[in-house]
Amino acid sequence: MILGWIIFLPLLGGAAAWIAGRRSAGAARTLALVAMALDLALAVAAWSGGAGASGWFAEFQCPWLPQFGISVHLGMDGASAPLVVLAAFLGLLAVGVSWRGIGERVGFFHFNLLWAVAATQAILLSLDLVLFYVAWEALLVPLYFLIAVWGGPRRGPAALKMFIFGQASAVLMLVAFIALAISHQRAVGSYTFDYLKLLGTPVAGAAAFWMMLAVFVALAVKLPAVPLHVWLPDAHEQAPASGGVDIAGLAVKVGAYGMLRLVVPLFPAAARDFTPVAMTLGVIGILYGATMAFAQRDLKRLAAYSSISHMGFILLAVFAFDQTALQGAVLVMVASALSAAGLFFMAGVLERRFGTRNIEALGGLWSAMPRAGAATLIFALAAMGLPGLANFAGEFLVLLGTYREHPVFAVLAALGMIASVIYAVRLMGVIFHGPRKDERPVKDLSWREGAIAAALVAALVWIGIHPGVITANGKQNFTAAAANNASALHDSNTEGGR
Amino acid sequence: MNSVSPESGLVVAAVLFALGLGGVLARRNMLFVLMSIEIMLNAAALAMITAGARHHAADGQVMFMFILATAAAEVAVGLAIVLLIYRRRRTLDVDEAREMRG
Amino acid sequence: MLELLWLVPLAPLGGFLILAVARARLGRRAVATVGVGSAGVALAAAGAVAAGFFALPAAGRVYEQNLGTWISAGDLAARFVLHLDALALVMMAVVTLVGFLILLYSAESMAGDEGYARFFCYMNLFVASMLVLVLAGDLLLLYLGWEGVGLCSYLLIGFWYREPANARAAKKAFIVTRVGDAALLVGLLVLFTQMGTSDIGGLLARAAERWPTGSSVATLAALLLLAGAVGKSAQLPLQVWLPDAMAGPTPVSALIHAATMVTAGVYLLSRMHGLFALAPAAATVTAVIGAATLLLAGTSALVQRDLKRVLAYSTMSQVGYMFVALGVGAWGAAIFHFVTHAVFKSLLFLAAGAVIAALGEEHDLFKMGGLRQRLPLVFWTFLAGAASLAALPLVTAGFYSKEEILAAAWAGPAGGRWLWAAGAVGAAVTALYTGRMVFLVFFGTAKREPSQQPGWAMATVLVILAALSVSGWWLDPRWLLGGTEIAATLPVRLAGTAAALAGIVLAWYFYLRRPALAARVAQSRAGAALGRWWIGGWGFDWLYNFIFVRPYVWLTQLGRDELLDGPFRTLGRTLDLAHAGMSWTVTGRVRWYAAALAAGAIAAIAVAVWR
Repeated sequence: MILGWIIFLPLLGGAAAWIAGRRSAGAARTLALVAMALDLALAVAAWSGGAGASGWFAEFQCPWLPQFGISVHLGMDGASAPLVVLAAFLGLLAVGVSWRGIGERVGFFHFNLLWAVAATQAILLSLDLVLFYVAWEALLVPLYFLIAVWGGPRRGPAALKMFIFGQASAVLMLVAFIALAISHQRAVGSYTFDYLKLLGTPVAGAAAFWMMLAVFVALAVKLPAVPLHVWLPDAHEQAPASGGVDIAGLAVKVGAYGMLRLVVPLFPAAARDFTPVAMTLGVIGILYGATMAFAQRDLKRLAAYSSISHMGFILLAVFAFDQTALQGAVLVMVASALSAAGLFFMAGVLERRFGTRNIEALGGLWSAMPRAGAATLIFALAAMGLPGLANFAGEFLVLLGTYREHPVFAVLAALGMIASVIYAVRLMGVIFHGPRKDERPVKDLSWREGAIAAALVAALVWIGIHPGVITANGKQNFTAAAANNASALHDSNTEGGR
Repeated sequence: MNSVSPESGLVVAAVLFALGLGGVLARRNMLFVLMSIEIMLNAAALAMITAGARHHAADGQVMFMFILATAAAEVAVGLAIVLLIYRRRRTLDVDEAREMRG
Repeated sequence: MLELLWLVPLAPLGGFLILAVARARLGRRAVATVGVGSAGVALAAAGAVAAGFFALPAAGRVYEQNLGTWISAGDLAARFVLHLDALALVMMAVVTLVGFLILLYSAESMAGDEGYARFFCYMNLFVASMLVLVLAGDLLLLYLGWEGVGLCSYLLIGFWYREPANARAAKKAFIVTRVGDAALLVGLLVLFTQMGTSDIGGLLARAAERWPTGSSVATLAALLLLAGAVGKSAQLPLQVWLPDAMAGPTPVSALIHAATMVTAGVYLLSRMHGLFALAPAAATVTAVIGAATLLLAGTSALVQRDLKRVLAYSTMSQVGYMFVALGVGAWGAAIFHFVTHAVFKSLLFLAAGAVIAALGEEHDLFKMGGLRQRLPLVFWTFLAGAASLAALPLVTAGFYSKEEILAAAWAGPAGGRWLWAAGAVGAAVTALYTGRMVFLVFFGTAKREPSQQPGWAMATVLVILAALSVSGWWLDPRWLLGGTEIAATLPVRLAGTAAALAGIVLAWYFYLRRPALAARVAQSRAGAALGRWWIGGWGFDWLYNFIFVRPYVWLTQLGRDELLDGPFRTLGRTLDLAHAGMSWTVTGRVRWYAAALAAGAIAAIAVAVWR
């Protein structure tokens, strides 16, 4: 039941904030903050409770449309738990980040923000494919409003682009889900959309491939994977300047989670055949994202490309069919969200002070804003994968897992290290080094901003030197199940090959 | 009572319909367009009755009732719209009212 | 006492944390106390650890301290484990001692800088990272220190960040070394997947068991490690960052060149020498790279005008010697040269820093001169360092270590005549440019009056380092390290010595006795062309700019507006066109609609009837 509350709390808090917001903006903010703080506490409680004998931290099921085998089935395991906590954590930060940035329709803003968080958590927790799909669609709507109402000057097209990309791809996924349920019905005799029951459903080769492809494309859009990523930089660029939306709605990579949760476990054989293509896309994403990040003038676009680059590692990990790589993938998701959130936050900080996110208009800010400089440096270093910060641990495990079977892809991905350092040092150099271009006096981070930055930095460092907090539990459950499936399959393949 | 053949009833209905259609296409005054539409409706109603008589069924006459009611409603709404348009534009020319183009 | 090992890297790290959190609130004196004190604590702890180390029975002098698990997944279990053996002890001693002396020196020399706290903050992190690197018992932990060192070099080279050139130099250093780091990371992947462990000792033991000498995997792994070392140690072809790294404050240069950063590569290859023994081809490549670099850097040093750039190229060249030694299997000699080099190069940099500060930030050799009487302390200490660099026979530490390397290049397990010849020519060139430097700065006519003398802290540091530089052979750590003795014949040793002496004499002749002759040679057509070629470090900057930097920037500028958006935009535009095409039929004329309806109905009925 705790899982239901994790999802309901932001829903309730959002509705309360909307109502309260008609009278007082401050009340709306406070309500949202309290709801997210409670949500974070709940998520941490569920996580730290440890996995039961079944391997689940918590599970919840009640029937919804029993005649089709659809139920409200929630479950939290080693892979979803850190992400649920992360979503709550970033949701809390997002409310804090938006504290001063949003002035109009504050109640409705927080309603959308919290509903986006709730939808994210519902995606992470649902073990029923229909519920998953509903949550998937439900995430798009508040995000659309958040960008289209409070966004930048070209918010309309950007929001629409995001919506069309998300919607068009999600329908593909729905078709695949239904096809899968029908295959299951043919094999077993009853319909079900329950994830756990659908694992191991026998599907004929070609059909499985098309289903896998449909799900893959839907997730690749959301991930986003090159070349389906074009909506993300626009969405980030036009999202409200303060960065709360980027942090709460877009930084948590539900696409990556879906890749992990759905593609390989549901369609192991088809996914294995698809490996070369997916890995190629992954490597292209790593290099392309890092290279394009170097060229950006807008800090938020830069951060968006940097996270596109990180998501390439997810593709490598998912298709490496390797336990180590999968654990690395969970780490990459958490770490990438944290480092990207930091950069989005800094973009908001700079925009509030200078009225621009064009980093080329800034320069030499180190002495004026030492705390902001240090925070940005750490976020940039995390994004480029410096050991000791969270991203390195994840990326290294992914590379290690990938290298065993696919050394060429791992080596190409390692080239991303070079491309990422280039954008990281450019980012630092352009904003903080060189002569001051804007001589107006400027204040360093306020205590509120400092607290947010400190929270993100602390999380990055903590996970960086103790990645076990994330990976320790990932050994259980679906991760293991998937890897076992895969390795069993792989063994049979290689034996056949020899 | 069997003096009128169904064919002649249908022919009358067709002629009426053609007259109504011609009115809709040719007249520019909205009132005449409305009247032409009424004629077309009545043509359809006549065809229904004729067909009903041919099959010795009451369905045709039930249909006629419906059409009568629809026509009355249509005239009420249509006249209201025409009145509004006239108030706004001081004209009843159909071709003048064409904001709803693509 | 050995239990204090954790304190050695963590003391500077603690200093870094204190300074990072509270730097705005600390006064200058407090900053200096924390900054220098933390290194002092590390030095004291290192001393205590060393005492404990020697108390161990000579047979099993190894100590491990596990501070917890870092990354654990699958069969990888990387730990925060400190490993102390003879090699780590030597490195730790040098890093803590030289690091402490440099920090003490900078407490005075940096006193006027507005970024005083920031400076010590970075320097402490630098020392901490280097100590993690040398004490790591786990290859992944070593990599943590490795990258930490790279980060600190970036921060410190760009310390005076307002100057765009400095920021550019910092970026260049970080990016170029990261190229090597990427190769090293791939090397780690190879080793971890092949050996199933990241523990250095276990890894080397398994490698020796599983890989036959000359196996291709071993060669591949060794070459990848070599590529990493080449990046950090500024050897061909990744040497381009080092001369520009002079942009940082002088103590930073001293630290980078003497105790940290550039020697990290040497340490890595020494630490993994067991692997190179399995890969003779990679070892040969190491030696050849070293020989080529020492010649390239030596000739480049000959023509530099900037005092610090001369020293930078000389570091490249001296590290080249160490690579030659590593390549021929004499890693003990490499470490010996590392120790002496750490002492005399930090001395040279710090003395040069005193000169530069005294002349008001003047770097140009040709605007100095005659400082022998005006800065006597600096002169004598610089001379001690220079003599050691030039390998002045018998009285200097540098002589002994360089002789060992030359002897190893001739007679070592994988030595060769050509390597020896390159080393001997390099020795002569080294002596020549060292002499040029000394004679131009301290002799001749004075062109400018020095404005300040070094204070007590700087003076103390210079004297200590000078004393070590001329102290001779007893710095040799090879009795501790073990390894093979190299017995070169006396004529070979004499020839090497003669090469160095010849260089000194040549320098004296050119730059003191007949300066006009030197100028004439430099101005002759061939001399000028050669000078232009050498002053830019053999044109590598130009080449890399042309084949890497420009195309990359061009490509990214091309794609800035997201070329991949094109197909999607085209799709959108097509839909727009379709919309425009359809929308003309919607005219808004009701009578047209009615006509179209009627026509359509007639057509439909006609089709139905006459089909």
